[in-house]
Amino acid sequence: MTPDIDKLTKTASQVRRDILRMVHACQSGHPGGSLGCTDYLVALYFHTLKHNTKFDMDGSGEDLFFLSNGHISPVWYSVLARSGYFEVAELASFRKINTRLQGHPTTHEKLPGIRVASGSLGQGMSVAIGAAIAKKLNNDNRLVFSLHGDGELQEGQTWEAAMYASHNKIDNLISTIDVNGQQIDGPTDVILSLGNLRSKWEAFGWEVLEMSGNDMADVVRVLDLAISKTCKGKPIMILMQTMMGNGVDFMMHTHKWHGSAPNDDQLALALSQLEETLGDY
Amino acid sequence: MFYYMKKYTYTEKKDTRSGFGAGLLEAGKKNDKVVALCADLIGSLKMDAFIKEFPERFFQIGIAEANMMGIAAGLTIGGKIPYTGTFANFSTGRVYDQIRQSIAYSDKNVKICASHAGLTLGEDGATHQILEDIGMMKMLPGMVVINPCDYNQTKAATIAIADYHGPVYLRFGRPAVPVFTDPDQKFEIGKAWMVNEGTDVSIFATGHMVWKAIEAGEKLAEEGINAEIINIHTIKPLDEAAVLKSVAKTGCVVTAEEHNRYGGLGDSIAQVLTRNNPAPQEYVAVDDSFGESGTPDQLMKKYGLDTEDIINAVKRAIKRK
Repeated sequence: MTPDIDKLTKTASQVRRDILRMVHACQSGHPGGSLGCTDYLVALYFHTLKHNTKFDMDGSGEDLFFLSNGHISPVWYSVLARSGYFEVAELASFRKINTRLQGHPTTHEKLPGIRVASGSLGQGMSVAIGAAIAKKLNNDNRLVFSLHGDGELQEGQTWEAAMYASHNKIDNLISTIDVNGQQIDGPTDVILSLGNLRSKWEAFGWEVLEMSGNDMADVVRVLDLAISKTCKGKPIMILMQTMMGNGVDFMMHTHKWHGSAPNDDQLALALSQLEETLGDY
Repeated sequence: MFYYMKKYTYTEKKDTRSGFGAGLLEAGKKNDKVVALCADLIGSLKMDAFIKEFPERFFQIGIAEANMMGIAAGLTIGGKIPYTGTFANFSTGRVYDQIRQSIAYSDKNVKICASHAGLTLGEDGATHQILEDIGMMKMLPGMVVINPCDYNQTKAATIAIADYHGPVYLRFGRPAVPVFTDPDQKFEIGKAWMVNEGTDVSIFATGHMVWKAIEAGEKLAEEGINAEIINIHTIKPLDEAAVLKSVAKTGCVVTAEEHNRYGGLGDSIAQVLTRNNPAPQEYVAVDDSFGESGTPDQLMKKYGLDTEDIINAVKRAIKRK
């Protein structure tokens, strides 16, 4: 199926509006990384994944997605709602008391679409590998996708998982790293530099692809390319270059919006830069 | 007046970890969803038989326990029942956050199987002798905590937990200890086991301490003290009804565990009593200390976990009635 890039881009615009309105409404959350990863998650859920919005935990016969950097929950919640896992209106409950849309994603409140809690960083790749192994054991030829932050790579567990996946030929796994070069305390190069990520992942035995994460056509192209490289004995890593805060001019080129919410004026200014395409919730 | 303990005998000593190994093989035969993971300790965990029978359902993770817990959580998505195997120290403290987020909070059906718990690991010393694991694991919401007393009970528990949906911490040990329970027993999670009915004191013991409680009970009977001995193989959920029923009768309590005095079985019992029926209680447990190198018997004696320590605790408890 030829992807409709224009339609995906319009969906991404609405998702970005959702993110900003969710974070503004509760005056907390992580808009920066959410905006940066919007194009990837829209492409994934509206083009790439073979999935069933009537949620089933085991996901037999479906592609699965795991979000390891759970703090970008706003973008995931919006994409899940917009693709039909739950009512879009529920986005208004984000981070509020008694909500299923917890600050960080969890299975505990039974929100459809989520298969494991994340937030404490570095754990998602291990879980994704486990799910990928289960698929192999069950002769289920669908794929497992996972997303990770670049700062998150500072957690050692990621590298345990990286070593395991190549040694054991977990080739039904497509992991992506959001390379935005920012973390809470500043640029990754200042806090704890990640070095040459392509060389690192290649040295760990992964097939490495690169993607321009805020160019919808490139996201779709590289995800398709990644799928064509599965089941060839190597796990796949996509290094996805993104701009934290992408889509809102004053939220880009800074790590200030990693974990802070816009005020009323900032929200209005931000929304003026993003077309309402599917209707606000 | 003389009392006679219900008689328990044994003809052989076996390690509880071998009970785990035998139980894992049985669980694997009964249920093809059972899979096993190990972090470079196959021999120590006695997983060889399972691996030989089901090579495709075994996963060698390497020395990477955090990754093992995450992979186990992922395997449940797709319906598998993963049993992880490593030492108790590396099954808990080293990976507490992974268990907390990816397993317990995420309600994953993972069986965390932990060998070499407590002092009786012996010569390796305190780096490997965890005495805090029961406390850590019981504090996780929804976590079941089981510490069986001998080979047969460990085997039965290992088989039984496959039929329970939810995270379980199964704790067992390294040394050969008396095998005195029924080889064909049915293991019921959360159901205390009455070892000996008595009237003067309630001894609640777990793991390796159950046999020592029996030895203590026999000596106490010779002195005219009629001890009720209850095996608390499941520390969480605790069989509160059994605890309260026993203490209502005896009026005082001794708890015995191969664990730190803080946070273990003793505290669980104390909490039930405080809320319902306060009673004098004496702890037989490690007194907020790390262990050290030595033989298991030397260590149990040095750290106050011997038969004599239970006897003395019983006498103190009775005095406080």
